[in-house]
Amino acid sequence: MIWSMLNEALEAMIANRMRSFLTMLGMIIGVGAVIIMSAIGAGAQEAVKQSIASMGSNLFIVLSGSTTSGGARMGSGATPTLTISDGEAVADLPSIAEVAPIASGMAQVIYGSNNWSTTIMGSTPNILTVRNWTIESGYSFTDADVRGATRVALIGKTVAENLFGDEDPVGKMIRIKQSPYQVVGVLALKGQSLDGRDQDDTIIVPVTTAQHKLFGSQFQGTVRLIMAQAVSADQMDEAENQMTELLRQRHHIRNNKENDFSIRNLAAMAASAADTAKVMSLMLGAIASISLLVGGIGIMNIMLVSVTERTREIGIRVAIGAHERDILLQFLLEALMISIFGSMIGILLGVGGALIAEKFLSMSVIFTSQSIFTAFGVAATIGIFFGFYPARKAAKMEPIEALRFQ
Amino acid sequence: MTDSVINIKNLTKNYETAAGVVPVLKGIDMTVSSGEFLAIMGASGSGKSTLMNILGCLDIPSGGIYELNGTDIKSLDKNSLASFRNSMIGFIFQGFNLLPRMSIIDNIALPLVYAGIPKEERIERACIMLEKVGLGLYGSYRPNQISGGQQQRVAIARALINRPKLILADEPTGNLDTKTSQEIMNLFSDLNMQEGITIILVTHENDIAQYAQSIVHIHDGKIDFSEPTNRMKESVK
Ligand SMILES: Nc1ncnc2c1ncn2[C@@H]1O[C@H](COP(=O)(O)OP(=O)(O)O)[C@@H](O)[C@H]1O
Ligand SMILES: [Mg+2]
Repeated sequence: MIWSMLNEALEAMIANRMRSFLTMLGMIIGVGAVIIMSAIGAGAQEAVKQSIASMGSNLFIVLSGSTTSGGARMGSGATPTLTISDGEAVADLPSIAEVAPIASGMAQVIYGSNNWSTTIMGSTPNILTVRNWTIESGYSFTDADVRGATRVALIGKTVAENLFGDEDPVGKMIRIKQSPYQVVGVLALKGQSLDGRDQDDTIIVPVTTAQHKLFGSQFQGTVRLIMAQAVSADQMDEAENQMTELLRQRHHIRNNKENDFSIRNLAAMAASAADTAKVMSLMLGAIASISLLVGGIGIMNIMLVSVTERTREIGIRVAIGAHERDILLQFLLEALMISIFGSMIGILLGVGGALIAEKFLSMSVIFTSQSIFTAFGVAATIGIFFGFYPARKAAKMEPIEALRFQ
Repeated sequence: MTDSVINIKNLTKNYETAAGVVPVLKGIDMTVSSGEFLAIMGASGSGKSTLMNILGCLDIPSGGIYELNGTDIKSLDKNSLASFRNSMIGFIFQGFNLLPRMSIIDNIALPLVYAGIPKEERIERACIMLEKVGLGLYGSYRPNQISGGQQQRVAIARALINRPKLILADEPTGNLDTKTSQEIMNLFSDLNMQEGITIILVTHENDIAQYAQSIVHIHDGKIDFSEPTNRMKESVK
């Protein structure tokens, strides 16, 4: 019985090809939108998650200058007030595990006939621990290199690719601002940062080398920022307080004066970025769901027209012995079939669309079987829900009224 | 009276219209025995179709008693009425009322779908019926590909397929020419005489009514008089 009804529903759908297709279009677009949006949303969330993981955990960035720029003071990091010894003092705090000072700037780098402009970070070997960075080949420079301000460099993946191509960079000499540096190691791939920068487009040299030989700061011994890692996540607040107190003391700042440095809690920033990504993906899903709802209303609309148009057919069926539930089932199946076919096409379209977005708009997309099954399940539910009212209307028809219908 | 298929007493039917309640059937008493072939005649608007629809369980009376095969139909709910229409009654309409999208064979088999009969048996029985009404070659055609007379044969096959006790035909030849009408009436005669199926037929043509055993004349919602047909009168002599 159910088979012959399915068959009939299929025939009814085929008999009204154009109309069925237009009705399906609502479902196709709705389901497609849900799939695309949830794939993009999940992709964005995953990208944020990876950036957060690549950042290193429980991190603070201490910047020179205050965040609130009052009077003649310039923006943060403008006047270098932090020194390497500030960093060493911070490292001695009980709540702080590791510290890496960073003096950075842009420079032109040359190897053979290739040249590449990139960020040069002067730091200590600690930066690898703090940033949770590993060395892919070669080795790190050492504290002795920092003490001796030697010309050695760790290069990021992007730099390695642009300067060396397939060649192994370890042990090779590159020129930074005309001076020769030896590449001692290549950093492992890290990907994008939260603000979308390529973290692999960088070179790390000893901080002393950067200060004395590369950027030649007029403020000897200062650094642009200090990265500090707290011993654990629940000591973040304590670490921030201790650092503030210590740095105010070291910089001889009186009680009524503002800090000449600012501390940024990267863990908190990461958490809010993750929240934002989550809200965004929920919103994308919600917007897409509305089109699914509109598709469902389309089905109801068409089924109501169909029921009216086929009043006589319903009358005939009832006259020869169809029960209410037979008619109900018949129209429900038709609605269900339209929504299921529509959602299957929608799934294909959504997956295709998301893959195109990935390829041509370089968005990261992630399909979860959960999102696909949910879209499918919701579509089927919508088919039943919006198909029910018209089907019931058909089933409740009085045979004699229905037969009289012209 | 044990073998009476239809037993109605003081049956009435009113229609509620904007202008008020319109009485259409005004107290009809009638008994139809198993194997009878009855023709109902009357002027247009006299209530023939209204009566047939009630007999066919497509409509319910306003008052009086209607017993079908011994069951008071007042005691039946919508589902049981549907089952009665499916298994006890074969209804034949003036306008054929076939489903245009379905093949002839599927049209004939449709009542069996609602009777819950498996597909193979449905098709087998539909093929037998198709042969019986002389349309063996047309099973895969659509209703609009065959003539009116052929469509009415299909409708008869559909009415017969679930082996009903009673065939109700409301002006079955109303849309057909004389020759085709005669062929259809011969089919009814055969069914009645060879298989003993009870038939009630509405017509306003005397020629057609003569195929029956007796004629009931309805006038203004009441039975005017009944008479045997000519051939029955002769057979009595
Ligand atoms: N649904 C209805 N509502 C109101 N009046 C109706 C309805 N159906 C039939 N009638 C009226 O009932 C009377 C009998 O109709 P019907 O039984 O179709 O007559 P017949 O078949 O004998 O020509 C007619 O006057 C018709 O107008
Ligand atoms: Mg009539």
